[in-house]
Amino acid sequence: MNRLSRLFASKQKDILNIYFTAGYPTLDSTVPIIRSLAESGADLIEIGMPYSDPMADGETIQESSSVALRNGMNLKLLVEQIEEARRHTQIPLVLMGYFNQVMQYGMERFVGAVAGAGIDGLILPDLPAYEYERDFRQLAERAGLQVSFLITPQTSDERIREIAGSSTGFLYVVSSSSITGGSAEISDRQRAYFNRIERLNLPNPKLIGFGISDAASFRTACEYFNGAIIGSAFIRSLAGQEDRVAEASREFVDAILQAEIR
Amino acid sequence: MTNIAIDERGYYGRFGGAYIPEMLHANVEELRRSYVTMMGDPEFRREFDLLLRDYVGRPSPLYYAERLSKHYGTNLYLKREDLNHTGAHKINNTIGQILLAERLGKKRIIAETGAGQHGVATATVCALKGLQCIVYMGEVDIERQAPNVARMKMLGAEVRPARSGSRTLKDATNEAIRDWISNPEDTHYIIGSVVGPHPYPDMVARFQAIISEETKWQLREKIGRDYPDAIVACVGGGSNAAGAYYHYLNDERVRLIAVEAAGLGVDSGESAATSQLGSEGIIHGSRTLLMQTEDGQIVEPYSISAGLDYPGIGPLHAFLIDSKRAEAISVTDDDALAAALFVARQEGIIPALETAHAFAALDQMNYGPDDVIVVCLSGRGDKDLAAFSAYLDSEPLKPA
Repeated sequence: MNRLSRLFASKQKDILNIYFTAGYPTLDSTVPIIRSLAESGADLIEIGMPYSDPMADGETIQESSSVALRNGMNLKLLVEQIEEARRHTQIPLVLMGYFNQVMQYGMERFVGAVAGAGIDGLILPDLPAYEYERDFRQLAERAGLQVSFLITPQTSDERIREIAGSSTGFLYVVSSSSITGGSAEISDRQRAYFNRIERLNLPNPKLIGFGISDAASFRTACEYFNGAIIGSAFIRSLAGQEDRVAEASREFVDAILQAEIR
Repeated sequence: MTNIAIDERGYYGRFGGAYIPEMLHANVEELRRSYVTMMGDPEFRREFDLLLRDYVGRPSPLYYAERLSKHYGTNLYLKREDLNHTGAHKINNTIGQILLAERLGKKRIIAETGAGQHGVATATVCALKGLQCIVYMGEVDIERQAPNVARMKMLGAEVRPARSGSRTLKDATNEAIRDWISNPEDTHYIIGSVVGPHPYPDMVARFQAIISEETKWQLREKIGRDYPDAIVACVGGGSNAAGAYYHYLNDERVRLIAVEAAGLGVDSGESAATSQLGSEGIIHGSRTLLMQTEDGQIVEPYSISAGLDYPGIGPLHAFLIDSKRAEAISVTDDDALAAALFVARQEGIIPALETAHAFAALDQMNYGPDDVIVVCLSGRGDKDLAAFSAYLDSEPLKPA
């Protein structure tokens, strides 16, 4: 059974998904960050493949991607690091990247390599739905990879249903039309959008992302969906922590989860 | 007879499409559904034509360049887009898009710019329509195209520096896309070239198609036939080339010459000659040819010309070059500078650095004494005087 399916079968509330950019802050940070996040109580980890032109991401993730690329991160190395991390943890791992990276690596080769290394799911935000259905879906399904798609406040009900049908994994609910790292407050308009999604009664697990940065916004987000994704805030917390990424990762997760228990 | 046309998903052959995150979908889809209908609306057409005539100053002349023709031993006609209001072809597209934006009820306009010509053209139409205007421009380009930055400010636009990557056109485009993601409802993004997700490449090509529409009747008046033997245009993203080719795309009697910037030389590592250095991939939402590493990371291009300093080309051009319908020629910084000086002294016309690349390509082409060649004189060179002055100071002058 796919590790993501197992997670969503056993846990429906308060799922904590942490995103980080592979190769940031140092080339060797990937394994210690994954191990530490898993041991500290994160439920799911999203690994960003650094890209030169990350269209859907904000400044924090773009900057971390530039650093990672300067550090020498590439897909071949990342696959090796994921294999290494898999010797230590069974936490579900999702890979996020841009379609050009997959295209240049070769779709079939990519799917085989990352599934073989122990990746459970993929997020490719700029892969068009028709191209996914035509060229990619079967490859991913055969490799046991779940693919997640994004929905936003501008996505119509009809399109949300279509996207949910294409998503073989969780649905990535973009909290507002803002780039990552924005405001954490949830407005009436966002609430209306969340309620609209809820009324559609979709079968997919739903995680909310963009603008979730701390314990308070995580808790609020979890009231509406199965859990939330924190990215930019975690990356900011790693800045200047090159020598202690494991400790910094644990401190970050602790701050989110302990405040939740209180 | 070939039939070069875009399909319903926005592909020319295998190039084009819309590779965009969901955050851009609603806006891009709104445009896709409405652009053909809106552009076909007689009221839209009337307003577009009127503004092109009375505000832009169209039709732009098709000028027989006698001295240059004599020098090259052929017949050269210059399509004078440099005489348009704001000094380049870019305004043809911004007039069209501002009318679309108005009809879509958008209040805020964003744009990216390289050489600043598109930024100026956007700031101009925003002033004309009383809309807020924000132009993203790479920090490097802000420095090397200072006159255009001043013009944009004069016109009331806010110029926001793009500080990531190579701090040029590619990065300005990334920033503009980000702005659109953050402001999806009130904002229209006026892309300045035939790049980006469908429908932009087709929409911009249709607005620029006025160039070849006029060329046809102008040639008929001048030479008694409505087509040339070749059309020469510079290609960064490729909007002036798309417009100059548009009505001849399926006319194989006409050679299409696409001139790219070789920078310091195609193999120097400092170049923007995408068709030679590029491979198939995705940039700014479009499947096309682009300069990239093995891992699919986009490479920073280089050209002295801020308008050609882009690591991709529009999907139409990728298709034309890939299918051998168009021939690509690349021109170095030095050859472009020399050509600019030569044209200035032969014809009394100072071309933009971008356009100077098209002139320099004449030295690499084959043609006969009876051939008719149209060069798209896409813009005037006032903005490049600093580069020209530096060149004049450094080069020992030969009599023209």
